Amino acid sequence: MLYFAGLREAVGTARERVELPEGVATAAALRAFLRARGAPWADALAETRTLRVAVDQTMAAADAPLRDGAEVAFFPPVTGG
Amino acid sequence: MPVRVQSADFDVSAELAALRAGRPDVGALACFVGTVRDVNDGAEVSTMTLEHYPGMTEKALEAIVERARGRWALEDVLVVHRVGALRPLDQIVLVAVASRHRGEAFQACEFVMDWLKTQAPFWKKERTPQGERWVDARESDDAATARWGAGSTPNAGDGPAAGDAARGGPA
Repeated sequence: MLYFAGLREAVGTARERVELPEGVATAAALRAFLRARGAPWADALAETRTLRVAVDQTMAAADAPLRDGAEVAFFPPVTGG
Repeated sequence: MPVRVQSADFDVSAELAALRAGRPDVGALACFVGTVRDVNDGAEVSTMTLEHYPGMTEKALEAIVERARGRWALEDVLVVHRVGALRPLDQIVLVAVASRHRGEAFQACEFVMDWLKTQAPFWKKERTPQGERWVDARESDDAATARWGAGSTPNAGDGPAAGDAARGGPA
């Protein structure tokens, strides 16, 4: 798991390894699982926040499946250029 | 098709010269340079720090260039994007496109820039007299990308779930 920009600051970490429980097979399910851990995840990953997800360094949809060992990143909408 | 992410500044003239060196088939060169403004959303900006996602950034930029090359006949494309601490007047990004004729160069340059704004993983943080703040994505940037047709993932978006707009959007 990787977190960037404002989300990285909100959760207080840039990366972590997460063991997926049974039934957590998509990016959206992972987000809900992380949120259920409580503060600061519950607020930082709240459903009301617009966040993007990348799976294995490619922008992905919320229902994107996760393979074992996948690199998953959550971050705010991008603002480069 | 070079794509570079770097903290160092770039010399536009030198980059353009290198892009078309030894290429007599090139008849047009279009480029865009993005720079740091001293005012944004009504506040004075003293410094701007650019964060990115090493690894994905390069892949995303290469994919955007590839998409442009699939759309227009281009001789070469260059994207240089800076990261780290920048100040007003500093150069942030260079997109340069070499083609046989001007039409392709102008269009592809704008296309790459529009896609970069919403699809490449960079984030800007500004320091203002009121403190530091992350720059919000603009929906107008999504609209600028979307006018080129399907295939982009809306960025600023109005939906809360990660990637939700991609799921509902055109394939």
